Amino acid sequence: MSKKLYERPIIRPLHTGLMNKFGTRTEYAPMTHIEGASVAGLIEQYGSPLFVFSERQIRENIRSARRAFEARYPKVQFAWSYKTNYLNGICNIFHQEGSWAEVVSRMEYDKAKQNGVPPERIIFNGPDKTEDDLRTAIHDGAPIHIDHLDELYRLSELSAETGKRPRVAIRVNMDVGVYPMWDRFGFNYESGQAWDAINKIMTTGKMDLIGLHTHIGTYMLTPSAYGVAAYKMADLAIGIQQKYGKTIDYIDMGGGFASKNTLKGSYLRGTDVVPEISEYAEAICSALLNAGFQNNQLPALYLETGRALIDDAGYLLGTVVANKRLSDGRKATILDVGVNILFTSFWYDHKVSPAQEFGSHTEDTVLYGPLCMNIDVVRENVTLPPLNAGDHIVIHHVGAYNLTQSMQFIAMRPAAVVIDKTGNAHLLKRKETLHDLQHNEMTPEYLNTFNL
Amino acid sequence: MKLKKNVAVSETGFLFNPSTGDSYSINPIGMDIVNMMHEGRSKDEIKRRIMADYVCDESTFEKDFYDFTLMLRNYKLLEENA
Repeated sequence: MSKKLYERPIIRPLHTGLMNKFGTRTEYAPMTHIEGASVAGLIEQYGSPLFVFSERQIRENIRSARRAFEARYPKVQFAWSYKTNYLNGICNIFHQEGSWAEVVSRMEYDKAKQNGVPPERIIFNGPDKTEDDLRTAIHDGAPIHIDHLDELYRLSELSAETGKRPRVAIRVNMDVGVYPMWDRFGFNYESGQAWDAINKIMTTGKMDLIGLHTHIGTYMLTPSAYGVAAYKMADLAIGIQQKYGKTIDYIDMGGGFASKNTLKGSYLRGTDVVPEISEYAEAICSALLNAGFQNNQLPALYLETGRALIDDAGYLLGTVVANKRLSDGRKATILDVGVNILFTSFWYDHKVSPAQEFGSHTEDTVLYGPLCMNIDVVRENVTLPPLNAGDHIVIHHVGAYNLTQSMQFIAMRPAAVVIDKTGNAHLLKRKETLHDLQHNEMTPEYLNTFNL
Repeated sequence: MKLKKNVAVSETGFLFNPSTGDSYSINPIGMDIVNMMHEGRSKDEIKRRIMADYVCDESTFEKDFYDFTLMLRNYKLLEENA
């Protein structure tokens, strides 16, 4: 007689009529394959942890976002937000789908240029552009989105010095009825700062004001807020037309559309509460189309959507290091995935699935990372089947910000692969090595030796 | 290591402690262990039986059995002198 499959013995108290802080749902449906590629096989080939991206999902996301906006507005242009995920392979999927680049630093600007994006299609945002950055952007003809008056005056000086007219937009912040109000970037609409900046640009006559830009927040769950923002942006654009006879080329509504992740503390899952892209599109496009633009003066609509287009296309594979029992009886599972590579676990309750088949019994578990740090908690509470050391897990919706914001700490950062449409994995970034880490280190001669 | 006499164990994986009114669910391998404890079998007997019935090595059994009995004790389901 063949032996039965072993599962760790577990006992679970049954509570009736009480709220369970671990939640009522279970998330233990196993995920053994991603886009046809075996999780175990990927880990065997590339190691654990491992970031995995689905090319199919990325293309589907950008195509459906384009459809949602292009069905409602005649001139739409997406620009890939590099800071969300700037692995070159990922950026190039978006570029293949027609997205321009939106960057917020010189490093990102250079990266986009190296990827082959024409500079006039690289939107240069952000508060920290050096004089050299501005010179380069002016020379290249890239659209520069002005964040503050210092930058505006610097551009004016550089224009006089170089004899070239920078192509600029101003970033506008505003009250759209959502708390907190993002007023640290750009010029304020309600207080008149935005008009002051516009007047300075138009009266000096040294720059071409080609656009208006706003970005009202991040993980915005209220599409109507975008409608308010679009209306105010249209009001500025129409005002510029009326006052200066200048037609603005584009209104850039930024990004901030929520991904399907679940925010910590949220009663309902992200998949249940996050608006569809079409709801954002409806709010923005309706406001612009109804704003009163003359037929031939309708500006193009630029969008810099990041997380909503990449989060659900990214997975982080990991392995169970050990199990332990905490002093209060809770089960704790230690993973090889730490918060240093899963930065978003500080604000999301990421969905976690086992990567192998299990029985129907589950345990309430705390998921810890491998860092020797108390803050290294991947999930404070999650209901999972009994995981054994060596078992694999899949963490969902990790495509946005985790690679760009990851920290190297006590171990080397993992590799990243993309699964193509035929289920084949391609390396996007190999696992870092000690050589990578120490490449820029210098040890003074007198510190080279010691006696113990 | 013995389960309290008054603890009721069903065949379908439910365990009821009438002294406290608490009930618990147990997975199949946990049921096997609890039933053997109910029969008064020793830890070594339980180990032999589990290793004969399941794909399980000794060290895995040892650490998981330790954790399982820790929880049984935590829920006050074992005899005091067990």
